[in-house]
Amino acid sequence: MTIVLTEAGSTELVDAKASGEDLWLTAAAAARASGWSLKPEGLCQGAVCIPVPRTEAQNFVRDDAVNLAAFWRLMGHPVVHDAAGATWMLGTGAASRARALQSLEAPDFRLPDLAGAMHALSDYRGQRVLLTTWSSW
Amino acid sequence: MWQALYDEVKEQNFIIVAVAEEARGNETAREWIEAAQLSYVALIDREHHVADLYNMVNVPQAVWIDESGQIVRPAETAGAHDAWRAMNRVERSMPESATALTGNAQQTYVAAVRDWAIHGAASRHAYTPAQARAHLTLPQDNVALANAHFRLGSYLHQHGNAVEGDAFLASAAALRPESWNIYRQAMNLRAIGPQGFAADEAFFARVDALGGARYYPPPDIAGFPGELGFEPPG
Repeated sequence: MTIVLTEAGSTELVDAKASGEDLWLTAAAAARASGWSLKPEGLCQGAVCIPVPRTEAQNFVRDDAVNLAAFWRLMGHPVVHDAAGATWMLGTGAASRARALQSLEAPDFRLPDLAGAMHALSDYRGQRVLLTTWSSW
Repeated sequence: MWQALYDEVKEQNFIIVAVAEEARGNETAREWIEAAQLSYVALIDREHHVADLYNMVNVPQAVWIDESGQIVRPAETAGAHDAWRAMNRVERSMPESATALTGNAQQTYVAAVRDWAIHGAASRHAYTPAQARAHLTLPQDNVALANAHFRLGSYLHQHGNAVEGDAFLASAAALRPESWNIYRQAMNLRAIGPQGFAADEAFFARVDALGGARYYPPPDIAGFPGELGFEPPG
């Protein structure tokens, strides 16, 4: 079994094939793990599509399989995995984070309280919010 | 520290969302939240997602967000002060002068929040969009990579692979040395038994290596004490 972590959560996949820095998934599994779907235009999320690089298409798509790690790097995001290739972290690139901050629109998130109830920052739209962090350590 | 302010200004269309950066989740956060009897929103962030989104490096850091969801003050130290470094490390006690400085710093920051909670955009502490952008610290590639290493390391550590997990946590701290969140959370994950202020000799050595540089860069607020508050190590 392979675990794929993204900022949206973690996904367990039974038929992933990890090889070196490549992570090959069925198109359906790639969509489940990342929210990006294989279409004729490329790998797409909503209206945004990343075309398959023509000169090295075989490194990105083979029949119904997608090299999700290669697409992730192509999008400028970091990819890190354990030595066994069993757990993969598909991160978010600095340019994406910087763009979001420069828009000044507060990045939204959903987190649980102690009882497990989920709260989104956007639930508090309409009020002034002091978003503050702390820790026990 | 926030409950008293919140009780005072909660009728002002103002809310506090306090996020615990705790990889161990409720296990370490519960007793603190329950003891404080908070009436504002207290959330648990096991993956340090908020620190990642807002490019934070330490706790406490805070962001001010207006009614329309716009950042009016980006991430900055929320009233903490470097005078804590004057601490007696054996007794864990603070000289009076340091306590006075940290108290002054906290009161100055809380007063600024109170002013904004009451006056909103008219507060002298609310930045214009141009000022807010000028105060942003934007992440570089090493930060994005460090955050990915941190998330993978934290996951592995907590899913039966502590050895490899700790290696990724260490590489995360090396990729982003200024992140005390990463370094100290990793210490907390490695520790077994009762938790508390994670400060061993290695931590203090790292703090000393800052010399006169700040552990808590002061926020841009008039009246916030600017002195270091401790004797920088030789």
